[in-house]
Amino acid sequence: MNPCPYFFLLGKGHGGSFRLLSPSVFWSSDLQLRKRGPGGGPHLLCRYSVPGLRLPPSSGLSPAYQGAGRGQGAGRGQGAQRAAVTRRRRKNMAGAAGPATGSGAAGGDGDDSLYPIAVLIDELRNEDVQLRLNSIKKLSTIALALGVERTRTELLPFLTDTIYDEDEVLLALAEQLGNFTGLVGGPDFAHCLLPPLESLATVEETVVRDKAVESLRQISQEHTPVALEAHFVPLVKRLASGDWFTSRTSACGLFSVCYPRASIAVKGEIRQYFRSLCSDDTPMVRRAAASKLGEFAKVLELDSVKSEIVPLFTNLASDEQDSVRLLAVEACVSIAQLLSQDDIEALVMPTLRQAAEDKSWRVRYMVADKFSELQKAVGPKITLNDLIPAFQNLLKDCEAEVRAAAAHKVKELCENLPMEGRETMIMNQILPYIKCPEVRLNIISNLDCVNEVIGIRQLSQSLLPAIVELAEDAKWRVRLAIIEYMPLLAGQLGVEFFDEKLNSLCMAWLVDHVYAIREAATNNLMKLVQKFGTEWAQNTIVPKVLVMANDPNYLHRMTTLFCINALSEACGQEITTKQMLPIVLKMAGDQVANVRFNVAKSLQKIGPILDTNALQEEVKPVLQKLGQDEDMDVKYFAQEAISAVAQRLRKLDFPVKDSEEPSAPGADKNHFLRPRGPGEDTGKAQRDRVARVASKEAAETAQFRGPGTAKGPAYQLHVNTRDTLPQLDTAEIVLFLPKHRLISRI
Amino acid sequence: CFFLLFSPIVPRDRHAVWASRKFTSPTDIISTVEFNHTGELLATGDKGGRVVIFQREQESKNQVHRRGEYNVYSTFQSHEPEFDYLKSLEIEEKINKIRWLPQQNAAYFLLSTNDKTVKLWKVSERDKRPEGYNLKDEEGRLRDPATITTLRVPVLRPMDLMVEATPRRVFANAHTYHINSISVNSDYETYMSADDLRINLWNFEITNQSFNIVDIKPANMEELTEVITAAEFHPHHCNTFVYSSSKGTIRLCDMRASALCDRHTKFFEEPEDPSNRSFFSEIISSISDVKFSHSGRCIMTRDYLTVKVWDLNMENRPVETYQVHDYLRSKLCSLYENDCIFDKFECVWNGSDSVIMTGSYNNFFRMFDRNTKRDVTLEASRENSKPRAILKPRKVCVGGKRRKDEISVDSLDFSKKILHTAWHPSENIIAVAATNNLYIFQDKVN
Repeated sequence: MNPCPYFFLLGKGHGGSFRLLSPSVFWSSDLQLRKRGPGGGPHLLCRYSVPGLRLPPSSGLSPAYQGAGRGQGAGRGQGAQRAAVTRRRRKNMAGAAGPATGSGAAGGDGDDSLYPIAVLIDELRNEDVQLRLNSIKKLSTIALALGVERTRTELLPFLTDTIYDEDEVLLALAEQLGNFTGLVGGPDFAHCLLPPLESLATVEETVVRDKAVESLRQISQEHTPVALEAHFVPLVKRLASGDWFTSRTSACGLFSVCYPRASIAVKGEIRQYFRSLCSDDTPMVRRAAASKLGEFAKVLELDSVKSEIVPLFTNLASDEQDSVRLLAVEACVSIAQLLSQDDIEALVMPTLRQAAEDKSWRVRYMVADKFSELQKAVGPKITLNDLIPAFQNLLKDCEAEVRAAAAHKVKELCENLPMEGRETMIMNQILPYIKCPEVRLNIISNLDCVNEVIGIRQLSQSLLPAIVELAEDAKWRVRLAIIEYMPLLAGQLGVEFFDEKLNSLCMAWLVDHVYAIREAATNNLMKLVQKFGTEWAQNTIVPKVLVMANDPNYLHRMTTLFCINALSEACGQEITTKQMLPIVLKMAGDQVANVRFNVAKSLQKIGPILDTNALQEEVKPVLQKLGQDEDMDVKYFAQEAISAVAQRLRKLDFPVKDSEEPSAPGADKNHFLRPRGPGEDTGKAQRDRVARVASKEAAETAQFRGPGTAKGPAYQLHVNTRDTLPQLDTAEIVLFLPKHRLISRI
Repeated sequence: CFFLLFSPIVPRDRHAVWASRKFTSPTDIISTVEFNHTGELLATGDKGGRVVIFQREQESKNQVHRRGEYNVYSTFQSHEPEFDYLKSLEIEEKINKIRWLPQQNAAYFLLSTNDKTVKLWKVSERDKRPEGYNLKDEEGRLRDPATITTLRVPVLRPMDLMVEATPRRVFANAHTYHINSISVNSDYETYMSADDLRINLWNFEITNQSFNIVDIKPANMEELTEVITAAEFHPHHCNTFVYSSSKGTIRLCDMRASALCDRHTKFFEEPEDPSNRSFFSEIISSISDVKFSHSGRCIMTRDYLTVKVWDLNMENRPVETYQVHDYLRSKLCSLYENDCIFDKFECVWNGSDSVIMTGSYNNFFRMFDRNTKRDVTLEASRENSKPRAILKPRKVCVGGKRRKDEISVDSLDFSKKILHTAWHPSENIIAVAATNNLYIFQDKVN
């Protein structure tokens, strides 16, 4: 979970709503031209079948296509021959041997192997985006057929001006061109690919631009040093001094690839261009420059880093727009890695200190978010002197986002501290600052990791107040989160400590006014019993659970049943039969129908654990009585339980009289008008009863209801955990940051 | 005073602008007007969900007098009427606001919004067309595949300029109430949209998430006392924005301080004058528009009767107050009855922040010179808008005897209102939307 899904963090290279139509691996690299075997897969080329071209079945093209493109295939029999021709060409290309086979392919002997290529070329301009996309993805095939010369002189000029297309097509084009060097005649002609990529680097869609830049970076490596200065560097300069900011932002990503291979004079120029982009009028460009600052610093000479990059960094870190300043924090990491301790102290730390106390929470957030990287970059000494105090401040920041981000880093921070004095440092310098609930919740969620660093005893003492506080938090999502950590805590703390401090909490959750909490508390008990054993359960848990059977609130009486359901298996036959069963049977006479049918369900559940005597002697009579209940639902569940019990008895060769065995649920239409499973809505009858019960029980449950549960028992009765879970998932986002409001379109 | 010399610009293809709107339908009523950042383009939105973009003609040497005409550049349907089935509500297609994005490449981008949905449009030019197919000839007839002996790569040929408008993003489903404002942030990366009770922050790249930065909805809707009427980002500081309320107050928020801006940093409010208190005080103090000056140092607000200019550093009263149509003070009762009192007039700055313009009734619009404190009332009407004629100042007679050239308060036509105006960012060219007519005036040089 990203605790701060604030999109300034996603901005860079984030696709947004942008969606690819099919996986981009479709056919770009491992082009396979194979003979079309008998009964081979569907034609994936659209509208025309193309003999000799077949794609691996996993190519992921949408099924809509597969139906579209059959028939019209000219001369299937010749497929093998043509495939061979193409394969030979393919080999040539792979070797990037130069303009050897090009003219042969294009000039051709009139063979109709040109036909599929002709289709592909024509479909570059088809009205259907999918077809265009398809063609673009097979651009290498087209180029191969045209030969290197025609690719350079005809195809690329055409592509350079095709930037009006849909994003998907442009993205595919940008990606294809990155691997095109061999198809235009090898490294000597790599510069021919620059014009189309240059125009793609100026489109408004970030994903396309980023891909174009990526391909340009790839191609730059294939340039010879001479070609780099003759073609690539001028391109970078053109982009860097472009009229529109999209081209200038794209330029920022290209400096670091051409700098190392440029001559001294050109290097000076490149630095000059980068400097001017760092102080561009447009914040978009400054942001792009700031995010590439670290990368650029890495390829610079150390002297230049100190004399040029550091001032740029300082400027960006004090930019008037906080959206720029926050990116400078990232650069801080890479710059610090390059400098000596003294230089870091003198050149980087003033800026970093300033960033940690920035007026804008977003900048502080970035410092918190990058904390462990910063810690590693600046080394242990500065960490101790500067970063730990800064971290303390971040932990008590006035903005919840910042606190949460800092809390997420506690674990890594502690791990990265020097072994010597680590424990004292954590105990004295970090834990006391962990105050607010959401921070502590994050700590608890990382408990096992923190525990590895310092002892659990010490940790638990400082965390216990937090746990107690969170256990009673007004937000049930927080309580739920804490419950989920209980088994873990219990395992770490041991029985004794748990009984002393946390047991009462676990019991209190059983009578929580939110169903989800009661349910989680029940499951929690089961896990605890699995951890601590049956004896512990018998002494501490079971008595308390059973006492609730006499609670005036029917919801709590039901909780007893749920607990029994959960615990019986873990507790074993003896406890179940001796202690639990009597209570369950007694509750069969409850005045509330919900309790009664849950008794039936419980009996069904614990049936397999009970011995057959108890089943025959005690359970069956009660179930039969419930089977005659006036309430539809009680009757229904009782019948279900009876048949389950009967089945078990029969399996054990116990005599069962035929008359006693009821018909299967739903078989007798007179009795079971609506066959229902236990999880289904039991229809109008139940709803009516809900209303009835609701009014009857309203008074007795009122005391347990917090102000937020205005709907009362009716609401809780309706809660089916399975129904509410999806809803809960969306609430997950706000768990740690209850204040944060995120609107997600569903 | 230059603004006494405004003369109309008549578009060459006026057919497109005026004549087509001769037979007016309600959908033709212009609902927003906005120049782009260079002033080269002017966008209007109307009640029918259409956006019409005008482009300024390049000045030519031989036609000096025809400089700077605006002609139709592109027209597209931005929003369609919809129906919200869950709430049984019709969603009008009316364009509430248009905002241009800073230009990022050769194409132009604008945001348009109706009550619920904001859309990002790209307006781009195309002047080349690919030619030549392999499988068919120039007339489009299919060729016999057997005759294909060479491959043809399409070639791009020049063609007549084509302007395309394509929807790039749709930002929907984030507003429960009606969107009244959108504003682009100076970080070029985000924008906000404000409805009656909430303000959301969006990233241009992300349509399925927005962040709610202001929420003034009370827990109990019966305690609702004020609504958000307009909101705008600071022109240079990406962290600052203001929003105005129906109570006549303006709040300035700083997004650096906190992720949620429910608590304001500054609160601009003028103490009420008890002597002016009346039944209508609250209604007429409601702010209908708020605009930062280009310098970012002042904000201007428009309420029913006045325009106020506030210094960002002085929260307790406005530095300047201009009466737009004070003569209506005695007529508030009848304006209340015909609902005119709820009209939302907008206001604009000129390029140098020295002049303010806002609309009034009877197709009148007002300009105030902040330096000389002079003001003028002009009228946008077809009768007195002959090309290159200078607009005559109009006067409304308040009681007593009516002089020649004056118009009496009682004969003002309240159905002819000028709510939306725009001022070219650097030149003295103004666009005035008078119901279904768009007038463009320019100051006369020489």
